[in-house]
Amino acid sequence: MKKRDPDLLLFHAPLLRQGMTTPSAMRDVVWALLPATAASLWFFGISAVLVLASSIAGAVLAEWLFANKEARGESLRDSSGIVTGLLLGLTLPPGLPLWMAFLGGFVGICLGKVIWGGLGHNLFNPALLGRAFLQATFPIAMTTWVPATGDAGFFAIYPGNLALPFMQVSVDAMTSATPLGLMKFEQVVTPLNELAFGKINGSLGETSGVALLLGGVYLWARRDLDWRIPVSILATVILFSACLGLFDAERFPTPWFSVFSGGLLLGAIYMATDPVTSPVTPRGAWIFGIGVGVLVMLIRVFGGLPEGVMYAILLMNAATPLIDRYTQPRVFGRGIESP
Amino acid sequence: MKENLSREEFLKGIWRDNPVFAQVLGMCPMLAVTNSAINAVAMGMATFFVLVGSSFLVSTFRHLIPKQVRISCFIIIIATFVTIADYTLLALVPKVHKELGAFIPLIVANCLILGRQEAFASRYPTKLAVMDALGMASGFLLALFSLGAVREILGDGALFGFNLFGANFEPWVIMILPPGGFLTLGVILLFFNWFKTKKDEFLEDVAAAQRSEG
Repeated sequence: MKKRDPDLLLFHAPLLRQGMTTPSAMRDVVWALLPATAASLWFFGISAVLVLASSIAGAVLAEWLFANKEARGESLRDSSGIVTGLLLGLTLPPGLPLWMAFLGGFVGICLGKVIWGGLGHNLFNPALLGRAFLQATFPIAMTTWVPATGDAGFFAIYPGNLALPFMQVSVDAMTSATPLGLMKFEQVVTPLNELAFGKINGSLGETSGVALLLGGVYLWARRDLDWRIPVSILATVILFSACLGLFDAERFPTPWFSVFSGGLLLGAIYMATDPVTSPVTPRGAWIFGIGVGVLVMLIRVFGGLPEGVMYAILLMNAATPLIDRYTQPRVFGRGIESP
Repeated sequence: MKENLSREEFLKGIWRDNPVFAQVLGMCPMLAVTNSAINAVAMGMATFFVLVGSSFLVSTFRHLIPKQVRISCFIIIIATFVTIADYTLLALVPKVHKELGAFIPLIVANCLILGRQEAFASRYPTKLAVMDALGMASGFLLALFSLGAVREILGDGALFGFNLFGANFEPWVIMILPPGGFLTLGVILLFFNWFKTKKDEFLEDVAAAQRSEG
């Protein structure tokens, strides 16, 4: 074959290409979640591996099952199913039966992504949709928080994990409330350093705030997330709780407690910034973030549930098309009266 | 020929023009009372009785009913049968009647029933109208039962109150609640349409093959 002369190569525009593609962005999210995943292994041992693996397996299976035969390899290669499964897994309690984690991943992809038309067409974040389904379906199992394995060692499996499909384990697991639950129902405040570094009860990924922030910084440095969304969510939450603190510092949580407790960091950094389900305009991103922050605080402080990040993000997901429509920038030269 | 026609009218309601899966009619009872199989079947039987009875009467009197007030006449006929069904259920199965509650009187407003009177029974002879009503009512009963069975099995681990999975079953709470009705109906509709598409594709392939042979 004749070697082509580089001067004579003809291309269409665009001639400049960015390195960022869907698969690489998805892989970045997986890398960014590594610290939080490692922290979950450290605190919850082999159970964390099993729960995460089950939810990823459910998500990937659904992805594979409902893809077109021709596009099957493609839809698996962009690893968005793995990201959804991993994110869902990190929001689950460590002692959850594995079949529920699997079902959550499967339903999340089916109802959250496939029926909308696949990647890029969904209205709601698939991982959160899967979690919302599990929360509504198995309310007791989803709020049974087991303490970290501690002295029992890495290979101690929570008895709840091994329930047979469609069954529950009748053994009474040792449970205890999350910091948010303690705050809401028993007025016990967990110290901040425990919140930041883990060693608290909660879902797999939410226990270590610092690990989540590390991943967030990595994503920001790689330009994979819109920094406006997490910043506006966190700022809103801090401001909101600071204002509440002015009224009654005893009853309401301090700003830092609000930021580091529960799934707020996980949601703000990894779920609310999902490029598909958050507004594309900069102004829209601010509105979206402020909306999530306000809803989180309203649900946490005045609602019946201790935690509201999931519902806050899902509600704002639903509002995203509207926000996008009203924050469209003016097209250059349009809408100005000529002098 | 005559036999085939009435058989056709009967069968179309069960599958091809199924009131729920193909026409998406009668959604209110469909979603509201299918949280257990027994409720679903009771509702289906009541609707069956009302639909067949009123189709028979409407079709018989179709030349006597003035065109301008036909809807009110249909409603009066339907309401008569609904009242009969209401009191019959109350007498025979008071527990189920209590669970169905307001949804039995609401059969009057079931768009499936009024729709069949307007679209079919008021235009065709009695025999065909009754066959059509039988088919549509059976299709509705079938749809209600399939929804109720799925929801009761997943939500309670039981079917018609018989425990299927033993004591350790983990109930899917959402299935008994209203969202479960929407989810189950959506999934069933999905499979119905998928099957239909596949069948149409298959028939097209067969027709194409026949054309190329001939």
